[in-house]
Amino acid sequence: MSEQKENINQEHLAVYEVFVRSNRGLDHKHVGSLHAESPEHALMYARDCYLRRSEGVSVWVVKASDITASQEDDIANFVDPMDDKPYRHATHYVLPDNVSNM
Amino acid sequence: MQSVDNAAEQIEFDRRIVEEQKIEPSDWMPEDYRKNLIRQMSQHAHSEVIGMQPEGNWITRAPSLRRKAVLLSKVQDEAGHGLYLYSATESLGVSRSELIEALQTGVAKYASIFNYPTLTWADVGAIGWLVDGAAIVNQISLQRTSYGPYARAMIRICKEESFHQRQGYEIMYELAHGSPEQKAMAQDAMNRNWWPALMMFGPHDSDSAHSGRSMQWKIKRVSNDDLRQKFIDQTVPQIEVLGLEMPDPEIKWNEEKGQYDSGEINWEEFYQVINGSGPCNYQRLKHHKKAHQDGEWVREAVRAYSEKQQTKKENVA
Amino acid sequence: MNTKNKNLYRFLVGLADDSVILSHRLSEWCSNGPYLEEDIALSNVALDYIGRARMFYQYAVEIEGKGRTEDDIAYFRNEREYTNLLVHELPINDFAFTMVRQYFLDVFYCLYLEKLTASSDSTVAAIASKAIKESRYHLKRSEPWIEQLSQGTEESKRRVQLALDELVNFVGELFVMDDWEKELLSSAIAVDRTELQSEWDHQVQTFLSTSGMSFDDSQVQIRGGRNGIHTEHLGHLLSEMQFLQRSNPGLNW
Repeated sequence: MSEQKENINQEHLAVYEVFVRSNRGLDHKHVGSLHAESPEHALMYARDCYLRRSEGVSVWVVKASDITASQEDDIANFVDPMDDKPYRHATHYVLPDNVSNM
Repeated sequence: MQSVDNAAEQIEFDRRIVEEQKIEPSDWMPEDYRKNLIRQMSQHAHSEVIGMQPEGNWITRAPSLRRKAVLLSKVQDEAGHGLYLYSATESLGVSRSELIEALQTGVAKYASIFNYPTLTWADVGAIGWLVDGAAIVNQISLQRTSYGPYARAMIRICKEESFHQRQGYEIMYELAHGSPEQKAMAQDAMNRNWWPALMMFGPHDSDSAHSGRSMQWKIKRVSNDDLRQKFIDQTVPQIEVLGLEMPDPEIKWNEEKGQYDSGEINWEEFYQVINGSGPCNYQRLKHHKKAHQDGEWVREAVRAYSEKQQTKKENVA
Repeated sequence: MNTKNKNLYRFLVGLADDSVILSHRLSEWCSNGPYLEEDIALSNVALDYIGRARMFYQYAVEIEGKGRTEDDIAYFRNEREYTNLLVHELPINDFAFTMVRQYFLDVFYCLYLEKLTASSDSTVAAIASKAIKESRYHLKRSEPWIEQLSQGTEESKRRVQLALDELVNFVGELFVMDDWEKELLSSAIAVDRTELQSEWDHQVQTFLSTSGMSFDDSQVQIRGGRNGIHTEHLGHLLSEMQFLQRSNPGLNW
């Protein structure tokens, strides 16, 4: 999805991003977008356009213009500072060989 | 957008391409990369949408209820694929209405194969088998394309298309094993669709205007000629199973190369159809424009209604 | 076939004909919709009706017990033998007409199929249980469409009114019981259509009036579908639909 899409209305319809939960217990995943006149219609079109093969058990539609996204030109400041904390990952810690299941 | 200041971004972009990372919509990208993508992706989207027409031509005449349901759901899938691809193209900052306008004014192209007519029911079989077959060969390679939204759309499309080719082959098989008239119908449709299907892969690599850069940018992953050969190699044995005569007398197994040799495409016809003089070019665009114009009052009504709703809301607030 | 099965067969074929003819009409929208999303959505409705038709035909040929197939029935009967109610066969006209018809039928099928799920014939009840979910979804789509078109532009409102004016003559047939249907009613297989009319009227009139539209269905109603008396449109539809089977009978496709 893209911030460039925000202001674009095709044929006066708004762009909605579609998120589908494919199975209970899984996250909703972005699958694409569509054009619709209202959130209710967007939901129905999402069913017709993205679930023709029962691909999901739950759908979210979000108006593309309502999404606030991270900015690419600031991405270094945005994500890099998170990159220096290896102690947050389990692999950072060395366990004695005879310890298992941890 | 692109200037000397972009040197750092260009380096970053090139690095991503080399390292097989996907380019995502919000990433900086060279303007030519963006243009090239819009050209290829929108052409792909338009092909799906215009491609609804030749097969749609048989929906109301399908010879059994099962065939009718299969064909309708197949053509509907093409509309869905058009939608996925428009959606992916929009992520490059171009609107669907701009894309449609480019199609209707002839600025954007679509696959030439759809400018040929579906004269008999066997054409529905031949299209599913050969045209979707050729498209799948191309699309499988595009699942690895460098632009993220395009690659994801391709993965989704490939997953859905596996039934398209099979239903086409099933029709051909039924006809090829039916009455002499049915078999002749199958042979005729295959003969007519074979060459246009081979043309779908585009000009020879040596003559392809856009191929070089697309390959460099990893938008395109396999060359036109390589994809075409792959398609021929996998399709010839399928023709043998049907028991039909080869559509090209020069098709012959080449032991040395480990692939089939085949005759030369009529490139004059290829360019003629691309440039608008195929049997159905005019009809296809006319149909598309008419549907679009007929829908204008509907879209207008939707807009007026939502404006009224908006006003109501504001008045309440 | 005994009398009961004869009645059941006619009943099933009538319901199947309704569905197959409507699905044919809806499928004509494929590649002609006002925009891509709606094109796809309309095809889904058409596919639901093809599925419904096939279930009813398949059960009909099973009851008939002559080893015929769904396609034998769908493709080898002519205009006088087709027994769909007329409203299903009317041409799609424009998008307003298609959606108004769909709305009328969606309201009707939601009421009708709900009752039919209680049919004493378990196969009929099972088909109804599957179909009613489809119709409930169809109604969720068609109702907002009528609202939007009625309250959109002058043009869209005018088109909705034209559709109402034409369709008003054809909806009454939905609520008429034929002799064989009455027979099946006594064994609780069929549904009493006459009982549904007041609820249908109430729902439709209430909804249309909130959308600023009016609709007078008290006038004379055109009938004949179940007895094979059709509009001229059906013959053209069938000649298109059946031509391949008819010109090459006895072949597999």
